[in-house]
Amino acid sequence: MSQKPESHDVNDEVALGDVDAERRALLVNATAAFGIAGAACVALPFVSSMNPSRSVKAMATIDVNLTEIPEGEAKTFLWQGKPVFVWHRNAAQIEEARKGDATATLDPAKDADRVQKAEWLVVMGVCTHLGCVPMRGGEFGGWRCPCHGSQFDDSGRVRQGPAGTNLEIPPYRFLDDNTIRVG
Amino acid sequence: MAHTPGSKQVENDIRNTYQWLEDRLPILSFINNSVGSNFMAPRNLNYMWNFGSLAGIALVLQILTGIFLAMHYKPDVAMAFDSIQHIMRDVNWGWLIRNMHMVGASFFFIVVYIHMARGLYYGSYKSPREVLWGIGVIIFLLMMATGFLGYVLPWGQMSYWGATVITNLLSVIPFIGQDIVVWLWGGYSVGDPTLNRFFVLHFVLPFVIVGIVILHIWALHEHGSNNPKGVDLKTKGDYIPFHPYYTIKDVFGLGVYLIPFTFMVFYAPEYLGHTDNNIPADPLVTPAHIVPEWYFLPFYAILRAIPIKELGVLAMFGAIAILLVLPWLDKHPVRSARFRPLYRPLYVLFLMNFVLLGWCGMMPPEGIYVLIAQAATAFYFGFFALLPILSKFEKAKPVPTSI
Repeated sequence: MSQKPESHDVNDEVALGDVDAERRALLVNATAAFGIAGAACVALPFVSSMNPSRSVKAMATIDVNLTEIPEGEAKTFLWQGKPVFVWHRNAAQIEEARKGDATATLDPAKDADRVQKAEWLVVMGVCTHLGCVPMRGGEFGGWRCPCHGSQFDDSGRVRQGPAGTNLEIPPYRFLDDNTIRVG
Repeated sequence: MAHTPGSKQVENDIRNTYQWLEDRLPILSFINNSVGSNFMAPRNLNYMWNFGSLAGIALVLQILTGIFLAMHYKPDVAMAFDSIQHIMRDVNWGWLIRNMHMVGASFFFIVVYIHMARGLYYGSYKSPREVLWGIGVIIFLLMMATGFLGYVLPWGQMSYWGATVITNLLSVIPFIGQDIVVWLWGGYSVGDPTLNRFFVLHFVLPFVIVGIVILHIWALHEHGSNNPKGVDLKTKGDYIPFHPYYTIKDVFGLGVYLIPFTFMVFYAPEYLGHTDNNIPADPLVTPAHIVPEWYFLPFYAILRAIPIKELGVLAMFGAIAILLVLPWLDKHPVRSARFRPLYRPLYVLFLMNFVLLGWCGMMPPEGIYVLIAQAATAFYFGFFALLPILSKFEKAKPVPTSI
């Protein structure tokens, strides 16, 4: 190993007057900036690795066969780990839902805006209060939540708190008359 | 330092943040005394002294990447192999994090081997740094254990058979050896309980290493760093503050280190691994040629060089354990090999012999390779046997009185 030059001056406080302060500041700041940018670039993959992986994303859609849902009944399907209610509404239920356009004042919405085809109501089975799964029943024809008593009507609109918003509508489309794809 | 409560003025104005915190928890001055401007280091340290801090950074990087891998890995024989594929293909940046972890393990060992070779050359193990050295050997042992446990986790063929061979080493313990092996496995062969506990231990041991590294640094601060001339420092002018002089030098060294490291991560992540580990573990078929990770090869060669099972195992562990008593084998008063005309060439031969042993460990255990491994094993231990003799008779070159 080669030796260091012996002339190295250790009394830097004395020699400090010779320092080009501006040049030193530039170097220190540039080094720090590159260091921080580098650390951020390294941090990104680590943070990102905790986001849903490709295998999770691959499960992002489900196809629902509508023929297995009798008129007047609702069935529950699992989509992205959460329940989706698909309700095959009969004429009376559609009628009730449309009447509700005037009386659903907590989060007003028209039933027509909440369905693609009137006989099929597709909503997330996740209470908008704190995420429990509502059960069929309650005073408004739709669902009531067992956790904190929120109630939803024939259009999945909230009619009684503590939930403040209507049941969410997941993205879905009709592949044909008998099949929808959720997600 | 114990202080009598109330015996000193306490800063109560929180706007004077540094002093306010300092009077309550003097952590900032502790850091400054440990790796800051208040830690005085010899002014003649060369680049060989970069590898201590590099090893620390490598350890932190292993822990960081390991924690994120553990979030996706499944320690179950039915799922382990597939969960690795999941990490490599599905998890966002999973391939990068795993490559960093794999390459990082190898680089950690490279850094630590250089760090140890540095100590061996400059006599850093000699009084008063015997405990510092001994703690280092223990860290090395823990690293080997951790590296071995980690290599089992992907549950490929090499994982499985490596685990089988290494755990079977303990069967040489008289009377209770076989029972210990069963206890270690949690079954009658390497299996699901083994994998599960190996994962837990692989996760925990690095934090044990962190604790022992703190002891290592504590012991280092008691007498300060050794230096290339190996002489005790005398005047204030012999020292420079660790910060900024060695912090900036270490950061520069880190930058240089990261060039081959990132090159391997991106272009040759599997280069130091073994292709057979991409085959899922099969308890019915042993791979034709079974090789441990490269950093075990020299010791693996010693194991195989001796045709008697018990002696081979003993020699392998002895090859590491002998490092613990090195300060008492080499009692030559001169530390640095620079001033030892006999030790210096012997040291070079020792390093070359160590690489030769590694090469032997890679070769099949037959024919000429066994003979070479036996000769190299003899030299390995011969080196340590020669040290007490050198201590008595080697005449050192004139040693400078100061750096």
